Amino acid sequence: MGEHGHGDPNEPGAVIRAGEGDPGRYAIADPGLPPHRPRLADEDPQVAKRSERQVFVLFLLSIIGTITVFVAYFAIELTEDLQMLRLQNTLLGVGVALSMLGIGLGVVHWAKTLMPDHELVEARKPLRKESERQEAEKIVGDVLEESGIKRRPLIRNTLIGAVLLAPLPGIVMFRDLDQSDDFGVERMRHSLWDEGVRLVRDPTGTPIRAADMTVGSSMHVVPENLRDVPGHGDRLTEKAKAVVLLMRMNPDDIETVSEGREDWTYDGIIACSKVCTHVGCPVALYERHTHHLLCPCHQSTFDAANEFKVIFGPAGRPLPQLPISVDDEGYLVAQSDFTEPVGPTYWERGEK
Amino acid sequence: MSTHTSESPGAVAEEHRPATRTGRIADYVDQRVGGTSIVREFGRKIFPDHWTFMFGELALYSFLILILSGTFLTFWFDPSMSSTTYDGSYAPLQGVEMSVAYATALDLSFDVRGGLFMRQLHHWAALLFVAAMAIHMLRVFFTGAFRKPRELNWVVGCSLLILGMGAGFTGYSLPDEVLSGNGLRIIDGMIKALPVVGSYISFFLFGGEFPGNEVIPRLYALHIMVIPALILVLIAIHLFMVVIHKHTQYPGPGRTETNVVGYPVGPVYAAKAGGFFFIVFGILAGISGTFQINALWNYGPYDPSPVQAGAQPDWYIGPFEGVLRLMPGYLGDFSLEWLLPMPWGANNLALPVLIPMIPVAVMFLGLFIWPWVEAWITGDKREHHVLDRPRNVPTRTAVGSAVATFYCIMWGMGANDLIATHFQLSLNDITYWSRVLIFVGPVIAYIVTKRVCLALQRKDREIVLHGNEAGVIEVLPHGEFREKHSRLNDYELYTLVAFESPEPSGPVPNAKGKVTRTEKMRASLNRWFFEDRVAPVSREEYLEALSHDHHEPHDAGIEASASQGQVGARHH
Repeated sequence: MGEHGHGDPNEPGAVIRAGEGDPGRYAIADPGLPPHRPRLADEDPQVAKRSERQVFVLFLLSIIGTITVFVAYFAIELTEDLQMLRLQNTLLGVGVALSMLGIGLGVVHWAKTLMPDHELVEARKPLRKESERQEAEKIVGDVLEESGIKRRPLIRNTLIGAVLLAPLPGIVMFRDLDQSDDFGVERMRHSLWDEGVRLVRDPTGTPIRAADMTVGSSMHVVPENLRDVPGHGDRLTEKAKAVVLLMRMNPDDIETVSEGREDWTYDGIIACSKVCTHVGCPVALYERHTHHLLCPCHQSTFDAANEFKVIFGPAGRPLPQLPISVDDEGYLVAQSDFTEPVGPTYWERGEK
Repeated sequence: MSTHTSESPGAVAEEHRPATRTGRIADYVDQRVGGTSIVREFGRKIFPDHWTFMFGELALYSFLILILSGTFLTFWFDPSMSSTTYDGSYAPLQGVEMSVAYATALDLSFDVRGGLFMRQLHHWAALLFVAAMAIHMLRVFFTGAFRKPRELNWVVGCSLLILGMGAGFTGYSLPDEVLSGNGLRIIDGMIKALPVVGSYISFFLFGGEFPGNEVIPRLYALHIMVIPALILVLIAIHLFMVVIHKHTQYPGPGRTETNVVGYPVGPVYAAKAGGFFFIVFGILAGISGTFQINALWNYGPYDPSPVQAGAQPDWYIGPFEGVLRLMPGYLGDFSLEWLLPMPWGANNLALPVLIPMIPVAVMFLGLFIWPWVEAWITGDKREHHVLDRPRNVPTRTAVGSAVATFYCIMWGMGANDLIATHFQLSLNDITYWSRVLIFVGPVIAYIVTKRVCLALQRKDREIVLHGNEAGVIEVLPHGEFREKHSRLNDYELYTLVAFESPEPSGPVPNAKGKVTRTEKMRASLNRWFFEDRVAPVSREEYLEALSHDHHEPHDAGIEASASQGQVGARHH
């Protein structure tokens, strides 16, 4: 085989640099289109007849499919029983599928077996001819000349300025996309939590006594005043900042307590924001033995025993801890709002 | 047409008297819209046929199905975030407070006959739409169809892909249940991470703080009007440019840069393409009737507190989700979330969210500009209407496969939790490995693809020079065994030899006779692009091979050479 080379760059070969190609230089000349090979149906009228019957059957199937759709739509009564819905949905789907596939496969089969399968050749025309290009260039030149846009820079430049300015109101007018009274980043620092606000169960709204929580248990809670927020959307917006995960662990298991946070827990009951510091998903999974919290969206893992520090995943900050204590009636309350903004990081978060 | 003496159009029209009723209608329309020229232009227009040309059609047809099914949905779906109490047929949610958007989405599923089917058809068609575009794009890339004169149409296609994903995401968010709400929450978190403008973009999108009362109607306007209108306009441009350029064709005998070989629109191509629309519709309908998708009644109304484990976005959002998942927030004890000291305090740079956006942005930017990058590197400014076989441009094919691998690793990581639960692996290990794989995987893919391409080219050479092994062992009179080889016919041969494999070209001095730094860079990229090459079989090599018409085994010794002489003698 050595005498033919392996196509190494150093071996003789048909070397053509890009841009210098000459299609005549290939190893063999272009033999032209291969001769047409007739199909069975081209030569045998019986085969052609059979193809015709097959297409007919496919079109017939389509008609049956369409009838199936009507039957499914009118004959099946939707009740509270979801089985009927499932049946109707399946029959509608199968019916439409038959009705469409019958037509589609029939037409394609017709084209492939009965219509001529000779390939035809068409010449490509160049995208432009040089003579036409010159003609077009002259037209453009004439148009520009007649408009006088080159000769009158004063009005040309003011036109450019005016056209550039004109869309700006269209952008400014989107300002009222946010019409809230408290517009600005400051509102992201505050939630409904405040001194003495009770921690209540969601959605029942019942307050929680320390004794209600056994060691190892966890629950997600909201501030008691959440129910006073009028409007579904506004309530969800407040809830999106105020949801808290409450868990009780053995007080000895709490490993890290930094200065100023000594009294933020109550007898092993510890509360943190449920909103992930990564991009804001609810940190919904608590593993009681390891005290780990996992966000199911991107798997950021936080350690409740060490002030919710990140031990895995994309979060770049611990979950904010909510300082809690108990009120006179023994119910769990917040000592204050969160001491830092909850949720995903934003540019202005660290200002002040 | 009959002969006519007058050149005036009126006179010609008067001479033609259609005999049939259909003819009269056609003539009436023709005289008013100029149908004659349309039929002359398109009636027998030639379209090359190949199964890989089907993906663009597939995308177009799934988009038509999206418009049909989507229009149906708009008659019942009400994108309002005002609150209502559900009282429809689905018992588990009766009496639950929810947004009107979610309630009407439930009504569509349970109380409008065929509504569930249409919802599922719409969702499946959306998945297929983006998938078809992506595969169409891969086909165009790997065959070099984006080269001059089609660069701008490639850009239109890239824009369509991004718009398609935008349409998908805005639609996914509309039902306002827990799954889509958490999707929006993630988008909100990503927007907020943008320096300087992030918080305000979020406020303006949501009409205040997340989730607010505004976002669903706004996404709805984008989803049913702005994005589909843009897609329609771009599709029109895309197809218009296909007509202007005429379709590309695969290399082969009789196919040149100056012709188009294929089937005429009427009747064969129209029948096949038109029939294919019904086939796509039929398959999607069959899937929608039998496979459930987005069972939104299971999720409940949006609430910022709950979330499902194992939640997945639609497949095309997977890479963006995956790259967020594999990014570490800390390197050791060092947080990647930076506090930048400023005169007014400090600003936060959320690098764990921002860094993953960079490779994604670079990837899409690279997609858009690749036609110009490649033309600059190769110096090839000619028009190309005959496609490349991917093996014949090993470096491009390898780059494409490296990028595809990068994309697929991000995509796979979008499901890392499900991979962990389905294959009983440690989620953390999968994530750690993916952090390595995202860098190593594309390199491996690049090397392997390039080697495979070169090997395939060598195999082509061998087939051209030696023919195919016939699978028949012959015994010669003197006792030698050898395998028969059967030569290809000229039509098969031509496809294997008719391609260019340029050598690297050195730097070219500019008009002042100076080799600029840019030119040096171009030359070294050119070397990288072309240095590993397999030359196509030359005429001399081929003639030499023919004159031997060798049947000798590969490790030919002295005896083989002798027998080769005999064989040559016998054949001549």
